[in-house]
Formats: sequence, structure tokens, C-alpha cells
Amino acid sequence: MTDALAAKAADPKAVLTGSQRFADDSEGMSYLNSLPRRLVTLYLPLSIILFILLFPFYWMALTSIKPDNQLLDLDTYSPFWTWNPTFKHIYKLLFETQYPIWLWNTMLVAVCATAISIVASVLAAYAIVRLRYKGAQWVGGAIFLAYLVPPSILFIPLSTVVFQYGLFDTPFALIFTYPTILIPFSTWLLMGYFKTIPFELEECALIDGASRWQILVRIVLPLAVPGLISAFIFCFTLCWNEFIYALTFISSTQYKTVPVAIVTALVDGDIYRWGSLMAGAMIGSLPLVILYAFFVEHYVSAMTGAIKE
Amino acid sequence: MAEIALNQMKAIPREPTAWDRLKANRNWLAIWFMLPAAVFLILFLAYPLGLGVWLSFTDARIGRSGIFIGLENYEWLWGDSTFWLSVFNTLLYTIVASTIKFAVGLYLALLLNERLPFKAIIRALVLVPFIVPTVLSAIAFWWLFDPQFSIISWSFRKMDLINSNINFLGDIWNARWSVIFANIWRGVPFVAITLLAGLQTVSPSLYEAATIDGATPWQRFRHITYPLLTPIIAVVMTFSVLFTFTDFQLIWVMTRGGPVNATHLMATLSYQRAILGGQLGEGAAISTAMIPFLLFAILVSWFGLQRRKWQQGGDND
Repeated sequence: MTDALAAKAADPKAVLTGSQRFADDSEGMSYLNSLPRRLVTLYLPLSIILFILLFPFYWMALTSIKPDNQLLDLDTYSPFWTWNPTFKHIYKLLFETQYPIWLWNTMLVAVCATAISIVASVLAAYAIVRLRYKGAQWVGGAIFLAYLVPPSILFIPLSTVVFQYGLFDTPFALIFTYPTILIPFSTWLLMGYFKTIPFELEECALIDGASRWQILVRIVLPLAVPGLISAFIFCFTLCWNEFIYALTFISSTQYKTVPVAIVTALVDGDIYRWGSLMAGAMIGSLPLVILYAFFVEHYVSAMTGAIKE
Repeated sequence: MAEIALNQMKAIPREPTAWDRLKANRNWLAIWFMLPAAVFLILFLAYPLGLGVWLSFTDARIGRSGIFIGLENYEWLWGDSTFWLSVFNTLLYTIVASTIKFAVGLYLALLLNERLPFKAIIRALVLVPFIVPTVLSAIAFWWLFDPQFSIISWSFRKMDLINSNINFLGDIWNARWSVIFANIWRGVPFVAITLLAGLQTVSPSLYEAATIDGATPWQRFRHITYPLLTPIIAVVMTFSVLFTFTDFQLIWVMTRGGPVNATHLMATLSYQRAILGGQLGEGAAISTAMIPFLLFAILVSWFGLQRRKWQQGGDND
């Protein structure tokens, strides 16, 4: 008992001297952490969390290529792997359901709503940050508040509004309502970007006789391209992710977006539905994951940028 | 020739017309710049927000505009046990999920802030659950929580931890914990990555100084990391609480409020009553009842931000 205690007490020192050999090529205080210690306090928890975060996707992908008999028989075949991948589920999804149409709908709605929102937000953000008209600060605050209004408390009145405007059950119902989620966010994000552009550039242009419109198009926008990409990607993702408006405002199957269609049209009583359901979920997330893979940094800056202000 | 020259000379000191002055007026210009955003936000956000409150005082149904009935919807909800159950569920869902999301998110952020090989890739992977549309990952969870073919039940059975399959979404409390778990899974990346951005702005020299003074890791966290991170925590948690409180997608896909309304949140209940049941007024009353909670969350965040400015000695601009 005492030995163990003594060993324990001596341990930190031993660890310290042991790691001093590496002290030269390490930075900061990292020499205080030896490898075994890092293994327990850093790599182990990190890999557990990563496993939990990523396992559903592995399971999704695996289910979508497993043959039906292996899906429901966990004991005969190892459930964590399959040696006979099949593209039956994906084939069925793409050629025997309206899935390609739903993908197209989602893409169309996302692109249109994002384009509208970016144009509107660029103008609004520029006006708030640089024209500094009377009450600009109040409008900026109001836009932040608008960002905090969640779709779940708006969908009921919005459904009557959409009906009044005659947009119900058309793609326009989504194209015109999604900007209410996107404009506050991207305006807020772009305001932050525009603030970082030196005011002197604009003063020079003003002296040279440029109009505000020319300044915006020729000077501010080219400098704000990273911000525009961030806003675009984030808006696109939000559109793709949106569910409650699409569920409420669209009733015809041919106008549905992927998330709604999967839940309402693809879920049937079939016990073998899991393969095509998972294939649908996987293919539905692929465009976003691919986009994300190319623009990780923009994505992170969009997330943190919107919060920093 | 002379005439043209004369004309040109005349044209140069032209008086600015009313139109020219208007073009240079920033207030007038701002109206044009603000117009597109304002049109959308007024037509599809401000107006419906007001309309929602109005609808909650009427007996509107789908296809029939209602008449004013005062507080009748609220009185009816006051005596409705399903509504109170949904309030309880929403609060439980929000409090438990947000707390754990904060704890795990902060822990993950601290881990990711260490020196790591392949850090960029790990950070990118962590964010994937946030990228994938909620409905699609909720479907994956639905399959993971299948009563018969759940891989989780199977694994636990193989490890001899349980004897029979867990009825994840069929039992009242199991269903609640399952949807809370899915929500945490979905929300942790957001909290972790945004807090990580905050952590990266903390100067390492502060930690070095504290270590030289003999501070333990916990003290370093408590007296350096936490105070410097407070403002960003306030904002992140406001967003997290807000979006958890108004969650709809996860619940609707995984349980639709069942079993016996055990996972109905206020948002899902309002959808069921208003859109499926056709009682727009009643559904609007449930939505409107969420507003005070949201205002509370926003106020908390606001004062969190104010405190930062006061701490840093900045003026409130």
C-alpha cells in the first residue's frame, strides 16, 4: 500500500524527467504532458467522442449497401461489415421512386433562396455598415433579433400567409419563405466582413466620382469574396436542412424536398425499407458533405463569424 | 464651333438638381439598399409574427378565418394536460440537452485545442453531424433505435449487459432519453467548434504564467479559460437553448410525439393541433406561449454580452 503511494507520489517527477528529452522540439507547456498521460486524457476521450459522432454515418452507409437478408439477420452475419455489397437499394431509390425529382427540387429551392438572400443581404449589410443612415444601428439590432425568431413559431401564421398570397404547394412558397431565415443570418455575417474593409478605399473612390453602387460592385464585393462564400455555403446548408416549412407548405409529392419526401413518401410499412431509407439519407447528405469538404474553413468562419459580433 | 464651346462652358457649373441631391442623400439611398431585405422580412417574418399572436386570440381553422374569442384558446390550454405535458417535455429536453451539450462541447473544444496530429481533419470530422441535414441523421437514429434490429441493443446483448432488446422509442422514458441523446449528438459539434474558436484567442502566455505560479489545471481552467470564454459561451448557449427549445425535426421524425405524447414538444404539439388537426387558433396559442421563454433566453444572452463590455472597460456602443 505504502509502496504504491510512494510510487504514485514519485510518478509525476519521473514523468517530468522522462519527457524532458523531448522538451526541445515541443512548444509551450506541452513538455508537461508525457505520451501515456496524453493517451488517457486526450486521445482516448477524443476517439470515443469521434466514434459516437461518426458511427451513425458509417451505419447509414453500411445499411444502404447491405443485402436485405443481412440487414435483419444480425446473428448469422457480422453486422458491422458486409462482404456482399449490393447497389440494389440505391438503384431502387434512383429509378423506382421520385427521388431524383426531390433532389432537383431541393437543389432548385436552395439555390434560388440562397441567391435572393445573398443579394438582399449584401445590399442591406452595406447600407447598415457604410451608408450609416439614420437609425442604422437600430435596424442592425432588429436584424439580429429576426435571426432569433425560430421557424417553429412562424409556420402556422406563415401557412395562412402563403395561402393568401397564392403560393401554397408551389416551390415559390419555399423560395420566398426561406430568405426569412437566411437574410438575418447572412446580413449579420456580411456586416462583420464589410466592417473589416478599409474605409479609405471607399473615400478614394468617392473622390474619384464613383457612385455608391460602383463602390459596392467594384471595390467592396471583390474584397468580401471570402465572406460571400461563407454566407453562400451556410445559407445553402440551412436551406437543405429546413424541414418544417417544407412539410407544412408543400403537399404534392412532385414538389417535395428531400428531407420531407423521405419522411412522408419513402417511409412505408415495408420491413425491408431500411436499405433504401438509408440510401436516401446518404445520397441526400452527399451534396452538402462534398461542398463542406471543399470549404471547411469558410464554413467554420461562417459559424463563428455570426456569433462573434 | 464657338457655339459648342460656349455650350460646354455653360454646362460645367450646372446647379445640382433635386434629383442629383436625392441621389447623394444617404438616407434616400439607404431606403433603396434596404428595400429587398425589408420586403422579405416584413412580408414573411414580421407580419406572420404579428398574425400568429392575433390568430391565437381567434378560433381560426384551416380554410376558415376565425373570429376574435379573447383568451379562450389559452384558457382551454391551461386546463389541457397534454399541453402541460408538452411544456414539461420541452423544458426537460432543453435543460438536459443544453447542459450536456455545453459540458461535452466545452470538453471537446478543450481537447481539440491541444496539440494534435491531423488536427484539421479531426476538426472537420467533428463538424459533420452539424452539416448533414437533421432529418436525415434523425432517420439514421430511428434505425439505430429500432426495437428489433437495433445495433446498439445487439452490441449490448453480445457484451452480456442486457438480456432482451431495449425498446428505445416505445417506452416513455427511454424515448425521452433517446431523443435527447440524438439532440445532443447533433448539437455538440456546433458548441465545440464555436467554443474552440474562442479558445484559440486566449493567449498561451496566460497559462504559462499561471503554471509558474503553481496553478493546477482546474485552477487554470476556472480562472483563465472560463472568464475569457464567458462572452462567447453566453452567445453560443443562447443559440443552443433557442434551437433546442424550438426543435421540431428530430422529434417529428423519430417519435412524432409518441409514445402517449411522452416526447411531444411545444413545437410538435402545435404542428399536430394546427396543421393535422386543423385548429389554427389553438396551435398559434401554443406557438405564442413559447415566445416568453425565447425572450427570456435572449435577455440572458444580452446581459451576458453587456457584462463582457463592462469587464473589458469598453463603452456600450
